[in-house]
Amino acid sequence: MISDAPPPPAAMQALRLSHFTAASCIGVGLDTTLASLRAERSGLKPCDFDSVDLATWTGDVPGVDLEVLRPDLRAFDCRNNRLAQLALRQDGFEQAVLAAAGRVGKQRIGVFLGTSTSGILETELAYRALDPVTGALPASLVYAGSHNPFSVTAFVRSYFGLEGPAVTVSSACSSSAKVFASARRMMAAGLIDAAVVGGVDSLCLTTLYGFNSLDLLSRQPCQPFDAARKGISIGEGAAFVLLEKLPGSLDANVILLRGIGESSDAHHMSAPHPEGRGAVTAMRQALASAGLLPGQIDYINLHGTATPSNDAVEGKAVASVFGNYALPGSSTKGATGHTLGAAGGLEAVISALALQQGFMPGGVNTHQVDPDLPVDYLLHNREQAPQHVLSNSFGFGGTNCSLVLGRAG
Amino acid sequence: MTVSNTSIPLTVFVEGIGLVGPGLSSWDDVRDKLLGQTPYVSAPTVLPPPMSLPAAERRRAGAVIKVSLAVGHEAVNTAGLRAADLPSVFSSSGGDGVNCHDICSTLASSDRLISPTRFHNSVHNAASGYWSISTGATPTSSVLCAHDGSFSAGLLEAVTQAVVDNTPVLLVAYDTHYPEPLNSKRPVPDTLGVALVLSPQRSERSLARITLSGAACMSRAPVDTLSDPGLEFLRQTIPAARALPLLQGIARQQAATVTLDYLDDMHLALDLAQP
Repeated sequence: MISDAPPPPAAMQALRLSHFTAASCIGVGLDTTLASLRAERSGLKPCDFDSVDLATWTGDVPGVDLEVLRPDLRAFDCRNNRLAQLALRQDGFEQAVLAAAGRVGKQRIGVFLGTSTSGILETELAYRALDPVTGALPASLVYAGSHNPFSVTAFVRSYFGLEGPAVTVSSACSSSAKVFASARRMMAAGLIDAAVVGGVDSLCLTTLYGFNSLDLLSRQPCQPFDAARKGISIGEGAAFVLLEKLPGSLDANVILLRGIGESSDAHHMSAPHPEGRGAVTAMRQALASAGLLPGQIDYINLHGTATPSNDAVEGKAVASVFGNYALPGSSTKGATGHTLGAAGGLEAVISALALQQGFMPGGVNTHQVDPDLPVDYLLHNREQAPQHVLSNSFGFGGTNCSLVLGRAG
Repeated sequence: MTVSNTSIPLTVFVEGIGLVGPGLSSWDDVRDKLLGQTPYVSAPTVLPPPMSLPAAERRRAGAVIKVSLAVGHEAVNTAGLRAADLPSVFSSSGGDGVNCHDICSTLASSDRLISPTRFHNSVHNAASGYWSISTGATPTSSVLCAHDGSFSAGLLEAVTQAVVDNTPVLLVAYDTHYPEPLNSKRPVPDTLGVALVLSPQRSERSLARITLSGAACMSRAPVDTLSDPGLEFLRQTIPAARALPLLQGIARQQAATVTLDYLDDMHLALDLAQP
């Protein structure tokens, strides 16, 4: 449905997602990811990660620990960077970045990646192996290459031999949505011509036991927006996008970043604002920067973590921006689990696939939509091609980010 | 949008500064020491209690929250702006070291039930979250890390945001120490925080003008160091203190090019001038 009123002028210059890829429990690379989405398949399974003794489900990426980092990059070895390397070797992404570096120069490509826990797993494991006499951590632990939040960004920058600006964004579950905003500003300022953006987060004990301590882990596969939802399922994932300026002419199939909205709740560290104040601001800003009216968005990839309060607040916020039951939406976390710092990037890639392939993914694992949530929640895939998609990412600390992606034609 | 897609100079004005660190209590204090007017004497960092937080949160606040709120308020007050209106950039190499040690110790023990407060304070954006909650700031906050280059990464983010989005921005960079055994892997001797309010417009309060000369700001020139051995020790050992040569340039009120640590192979060069 398109409103009669003319859309406002776009406040940001659209950028092009010239290449992208992802790895999650539903697929390593775009082909398997798309096949899972088409088959409405979830990748969640009962948690058997490390020695974790929690009754929960996780979304593990197959083959992460078999990935061996390139010999010159062994100082970065940790599960998180293995997952990063596994993903960036898919779908010709590596070749696309190197080709872009050849075109615009290694110094003109920035790297902006989101993560919440980086390689903290290595430190968690190292704490089990303290020297019995001195209490020292084992010599094998390399802090900068694993634990530090910058590790994944430094790794990816080194992997491609890039020499432009680089930074990790670590604002919990909005991290890898907000990287698009940082890259956008740096491109608008003329400091770079292209950016590798995305997010990588891998399973670790801190998040599993941490969400358990807040009583937010579901004992069943998570059920976003379901009346029976009981919490999240943690997944791991990596997503990468090569973001570039628009060329003079565009193929209709090209996927664009049209708008970005960012806000803070200023309310509570681990609970969203009850009226979804920050979420509303982020969505409205994203629409305004895209120069679009609410009626021009065709599908929302919801944050939809499946905790009772998050989904209730997001439902309210979506309804206040778009109206009750105004447009179809779903959370793909029932399929992928909540990949935390990688979720924004992963869901941007899923949104790009939906735009490119002309469908709207249904919310896997959700059976009965909560009647209190005024959202047209898709239980199954809809074979209808969206022109514009909005993707929400909200996180601890009250951090919110919404992206608008669209087809060029 | 105020800039085109070409590499043009990016200019911002420093409207306020806040600083707390070892033997350093405020911008006025550090300015006198950077100018050599008062001798620098090392002493453990004294962190003021975060009075803007409710009592329960104040009791549980760790060093990263205390230091970032203290320097953030100092900078915003000097700038004469309302904290609630400002977008912010929070940049830190490691976040809350004590909290991290406690979680890792618990997870390695036979009883892995970590505290919910420990967990939500473990996110890298804890300081940003408490800042937003205590000041009512609803604009965006970018929470960053670039290991030892976290200050320059934050500065680059704040400058581009101020210019591209045409808004004053609060930058807060802070680091705190890890307890052993992590300290041996990542030795940071004490807590230091620095905050700058950067504005795209000059005001009567402007302390200095910073210009990044487009892509040329990514520089391989050697970084500036400090002649005072105590202050130079801070610069070398606390990532947020990599800001000190910039602050010294501001204190001197003279035009200068300042080069700061950024990434391993790349420094950040900026032109400093009177506002």
